[in-house]
Amino acid sequence: MSILVDSNTRLLVQGITGREGSFHTRQMLDYGTKVIAGVTPGKGGQQIEGVPVYDTVKEAVGDMAVNTSIIYVPARFATEAIYEATDAGIKLIVCITEGIPTLDMVKACYYVKQKGSKLIGPNCAGVISPGKAKVGIMPGSIHKEGNLGIVSRSGTLTYEVVYNLTKNDFGQSTCVSIGGDPVIGSSFIDILELFEEDSQTKAIVLIGEIGGTDEEEAAKFIHSKMKKPVIALIAGKTAPAGKRMGHAGAIISGGTGTAEEKIKTFQKFSIPVAESPLQVVDLV
Amino acid sequence: MKIYEFQAYEIFTKRGIPSPWGEVAKTSEEVKKIAEKLGRPVVVKAQVLVGGRGKAGGIKLASTPEEAYQAAEKILNSKLKGILVKRVFVKESVSIKEEYYLGVTVDRAQKRVVVMVSPAGGIDIEEVARTNPEKIFKFYVHPLLGFKSHQANELASALTKDKNLVQGIAKILSALYRIFEEMDSSLVEVNPLVITKEGSLFALDAKIIFDDNALYRHPEIDSLRDLEAEDPLEVRAKEAGISYVKLEGNIGCIVNGAGLAMATMDLVKHYGAEPANFLDVGGGASSQQVGKALDIVLSDEQVRAVLVNIFGGITRCDIVAEGLIQALSKREMNLPLIIRLTGTNEEEGRKKLKGIKGIFLADTMNEAAKKAMEVVKS
Repeated sequence: MSILVDSNTRLLVQGITGREGSFHTRQMLDYGTKVIAGVTPGKGGQQIEGVPVYDTVKEAVGDMAVNTSIIYVPARFATEAIYEATDAGIKLIVCITEGIPTLDMVKACYYVKQKGSKLIGPNCAGVISPGKAKVGIMPGSIHKEGNLGIVSRSGTLTYEVVYNLTKNDFGQSTCVSIGGDPVIGSSFIDILELFEEDSQTKAIVLIGEIGGTDEEEAAKFIHSKMKKPVIALIAGKTAPAGKRMGHAGAIISGGTGTAEEKIKTFQKFSIPVAESPLQVVDLV
Repeated sequence: MKIYEFQAYEIFTKRGIPSPWGEVAKTSEEVKKIAEKLGRPVVVKAQVLVGGRGKAGGIKLASTPEEAYQAAEKILNSKLKGILVKRVFVKESVSIKEEYYLGVTVDRAQKRVVVMVSPAGGIDIEEVARTNPEKIFKFYVHPLLGFKSHQANELASALTKDKNLVQGIAKILSALYRIFEEMDSSLVEVNPLVITKEGSLFALDAKIIFDDNALYRHPEIDSLRDLEAEDPLEVRAKEAGISYVKLEGNIGCIVNGAGLAMATMDLVKHYGAEPANFLDVGGGASSQQVGKALDIVLSDEQVRAVLVNIFGGITRCDIVAEGLIQALSKREMNLPLIIRLTGTNEEEGRKKLKGIKGIFLADTMNEAAKKAMEVVKS
């Protein structure tokens, strides 16, 4: 089955004429994703990598029966793109853009939810269901179809884990990068819920990091609501307090959000925690 | 981005938040003059961008101008939590009857702005959250509606029964919220807000942290930045588009991606060594970026070995290897360089780097971290 994206995904690329947008459109097409339309305001009528470009999301949805959108729009216009996709009735929106102001996301997350759509990201690597569809910027070649679900706040750390899993013949059902910002559309729990219901997924790897309490909430959820086994990896044990570690959301503030606290919570609920990306393979 | 108390105080007073009169000073003589001008007892407060100043001895009460001078002598140019104090804020001292906490921040889990009040003011709010969570009252702001005055009134009523005070506190809460929203903050805080023996309200401290992602639309905030207070290497890295945080260890780390960078530092520590820094070269990991990253890491004098951990995804490992060779050819490198390349075209990448003097190639992150520990301990 897999979650969120599969061979029925009909993808729209917002910001398709930009450098990132056009590059990753090619990559996604090569992987076999059905990229069927693109949008850049004022640039309608062109083709990028053989994909028709529209001025508005509404036109693209009307013409091409789009059901998913991916956003490569620069930070200052990205929430506009999220609102436009939501108003056009797109039910799954994946926002790759990094650097969106937090208060803009507070409003956007609320609006998307009210309209019954799902948002992944921002500041994420996207979603891939190996062998079916890639909606993101991750390297497709390191993945392999299988029955492990992966959910992570990070990009390259996820690639590292996936790469080791694939090398040891552990395939993945779906890998979801939820994003490294303080306020994101879907949290760990939202994705864990989907994996729990998914018939292809047999076990889940959760990759967290310092900042916030999303990992702690996930640990409680796993303990009380999930039957499938979960393995965790938490990055940032050496991170100092009060300093942002690359991701806008990766910051220990006022003593909360430490890796230690997160690991302790997982251990309290008997959820195995890997010491290193390599050890994830042993635990699986 | 953090700003100093005296800067936040200016923003607060402009928005009508009652605060004791105060002026900033750089020398003890200036402090004495300010105290003389006021003619009343003052508080001399160290201006540094870290919390817990009181406990660390950075806040002193002075009844006379002479005492203020002595207090400034002790605080100015001393190190507070490792930071050199270059300025003090001299404020009128007020009599304290009660201390409250007021704050506005983003609740990440609720995905909403939260306005908080507590009768347990004057101490670290996280401490209160741990020990007496029932003493914190919260109001989650509707994302599209904002914070209304009747909501501010209701929240303020959790602190006191006195109607005049409730109105005064509600006004301050509304002003704090406006600052928070209009200036794209991630924290706006008054701790403590005091009620004096005469029954007046005063914000005794002022704290604002701004959202770095929103600075592009607030040039007026960017001008408040104190570049001198920032680590020079961190400033240089930021200009090059590299995320870098200086730490205390001696193994320089160059990694692509924030999560992988943290995981690499964790492994260095796991094998008994200490990372010298966090460094994310960014998604592309182009040869120029890797070169700039190497320059920054090598500028840190504590570094004894450099660990490069790159996951070649869409950027191929052979391209990254060429970038590294180019970067190395342009500078003298006397420190051991431990390189671990994984992902697309890793074999070709490794072949290019094999046999270069001073370079150790590792197959896994664990091997690389272990090797780094061995070379610095040998």
